[in-house]
Amino acid sequence: MAAPIISEPAPPPARGYWRSNQMRFAPWLFLAPGILFFAIYVIFPIFQSFHISLYRWDGLGEARYIGMQNYERLFDDPAFYTSLWNNLRWLVLYLLAIPGGLFIALFLNQQVRGIRLYKSLFFFPFVISQVVVGLVFAWFYNPSIGLLNPLIGLFGFGPVNILGNPNTVTYGIIAAGLWPQVAYCMILFLTGLNAVDPEQVEAARLDGAKGWKMLWYVILPQLRPATFIAVVVTVIGALRSFDMVSVMTSGGPFGSSRVLAYYMFEVSLSEYGFRMGYGAAIAVVLFLIMMVYIAFFLWRMWREERGV
Amino acid sequence: MFPTPVERRSAAVQAGYKALLPIVLILWLLPLLMVALFSVKPDADFTQGNLWGLPSSFAGFENYTRVFTDSAMPRYLLNSIFITVPTVIGAVALSCMTGFALGVYRFRGNIWIFFMFVAGNFVPFQILMVPVRDLTVNMGLYDTRLGLVLFHIAFQTGFCTLFMRNFIRALPRELIEAARVEGVSEIRIFWYVVLPLMRPAIAALSVLIFTFIWNDYFWAVVLTQGVESQPVTAGITAFNSQFRAAYHMMSAGSIIAALPPVMMFFLMQKHFIAGLTLGAVK
Repeated sequence: MAAPIISEPAPPPARGYWRSNQMRFAPWLFLAPGILFFAIYVIFPIFQSFHISLYRWDGLGEARYIGMQNYERLFDDPAFYTSLWNNLRWLVLYLLAIPGGLFIALFLNQQVRGIRLYKSLFFFPFVISQVVVGLVFAWFYNPSIGLLNPLIGLFGFGPVNILGNPNTVTYGIIAAGLWPQVAYCMILFLTGLNAVDPEQVEAARLDGAKGWKMLWYVILPQLRPATFIAVVVTVIGALRSFDMVSVMTSGGPFGSSRVLAYYMFEVSLSEYGFRMGYGAAIAVVLFLIMMVYIAFFLWRMWREERGV
Repeated sequence: MFPTPVERRSAAVQAGYKALLPIVLILWLLPLLMVALFSVKPDADFTQGNLWGLPSSFAGFENYTRVFTDSAMPRYLLNSIFITVPTVIGAVALSCMTGFALGVYRFRGNIWIFFMFVAGNFVPFQILMVPVRDLTVNMGLYDTRLGLVLFHIAFQTGFCTLFMRNFIRALPRELIEAARVEGVSEIRIFWYVVLPLMRPAIAALSVLIFTFIWNDYFWAVVLTQGVESQPVTAGITAFNSQFRAAYHMMSAGSIIAALPPVMMFFLMQKHFIAGLTLGAVK
C-alpha cells in the first residue's frame, strides 16, 4: 500500500486506496462482467462438452461413464462419414465465394450514376436470415413451382430435382449458401479496392501493366487484408452450415445432406431420442477441426500485435 | 482506380456497362424476385398454373394482411424484438467495458484474455449446445426469451470485445494521458473521455448485432419451443406448416420475417458496412 504523503491532508481512506491503486484494479473491474458472462456461457461449456462426450446420457436421467466408447462408435457410423465428407465439400466449395465476391466487386467498382444503390442491392442477400435464404432457394429449386427448371429448360437441359437427389442435394444447398457469402466477400473487396493506392495503379499502367497482370501483381497484394478476412469468415461460415441444411432438407434425402453441425443436433435433440453424450462427441470433432483455423487466426494476430 | 473507370473508355463500352448492370442485378436477385412475385399473387394463380406471368389480380395487400391477422406471426415478430433489443444493449454495454479495459491498460494477461474472447467467438455452436441447454433448463429459463437473451449477450460479447478493443486502440492515447495528469479517475475517464469517442463503434456494432441476433435460428430452436418465446426465424417453420403448399402466403410470411434487418441495413448502411469491413483495410 502506498503511504500517504505526510505534508498533504490525508484524503478519506477508502477513496485514497482506490486513488492510488486504481490503475491496478480498474481493468479487472471493467472486465469482470464480460468475463463472467463469457466464462459461464462459452468457456466452461466447451470443457463440459468434452466431459459429457465420455458419458452415455439422455439429458435427463443418470449419466453413465463409458470412456471413449462414443468416439469408437463414431468410427463405425456411416452417417458420421457422410457428414464429414459433406463438411469437406462445404469447406472447399464455399471458398468459391472469395473469387466470386472479388469478381462482382471488380464489376461494380465504377463511378457511374446510381452505382451506390447497385452495390447495396448486390449486398443485401447477406442481411437476410439464412432461414429465409434457404426457403427461397428451396422454392426456386422446387420441380413443380420453382423457376430453375423452366430456366435451364431454355438451354435445353432436362428438369432436375436438386434437393430430391442424394447426389446433387449438398451442391444445391451450398449454392444457396454461397449467395449471401459472395455478397459478404464482395463488400470486403469493395472496401479493399477503395483503399488501393491510385498512384501505384497509375505507375503500373505507365509500365504497361493491365488486365490480369495488373490484378495479380498490383491489386491483389494490396487486397491481402480483405482476402484474409474473407477466408476466415468463409471457412467459419462453411463449418457453421446448420440453418440451410435444417430448413432446406432436414439432412435428407436419406441423410445424404447432413453435415456435422446438423448431425450433432439431430443426434442430441431430435427424432432418435436424446443421445447427448454421442452428440457431444460429434461436437468435439467439429470443434477440433475448427480449432485448426482458430489457432491459425490467433497466431497471425499475435504476430501482428508483436509487430506493433 | 482498378479496373479502368468506364468514363475513360469509349462511349460504346460505357453504354454497354450501364445496360449490363440492371441485367446482372436481376439475375443475382432472381430467386428473391420470384418469391416477391409469389407473395402478391392470389391463390387461384397457383391452381391454374399461372406461376410466372403477371398476377391475375393484385393480391399483395390481402396476402400480407393475412400474415398478420390469420397467423401467430405478430407474436413471433414481437418475440424477435424482445430478444434482439436487450441483447444489443447488453452485449454493447459489456463490450464497451471489456474493450476499454483491454484497449487502454497494459497488464499481464491482457493479450490472453483478448485471445480468449476472440477464440470463443469462433467456436462452433454445437460444442456449447448440450451444456448451455442444460444450464438454461436448470435455471428455469428454458423456453423463455430471457434464457435466449442471456446466452446471446454472453456469446456476442466475444465479437464485440474484438471490435471495441481494436477501435479503442486506434484512439489517440494523449487524451487519456492528459485526463490522468489532471487527476481524473479511471471510471470518469471511461465515462466522459472514451465513451463519447466510441459512438461510431457503438452504432456500427448495434446494427451488426441486431442483424446477427434477429437472424439466429440455431439457438432459437435449441433454447425455445413454443409461440410464447420463439423468434420469427423459428416461427416461420410453424407458419409454413400452417399454410402448407399455399406458396403465396409462405412467400409473404418469409418476406415479412426477413424485412426488419433489411430495413435496418438500408437505414444505417454506412455504419453497417463500416462495422462489417473493419480490418479489411490496413
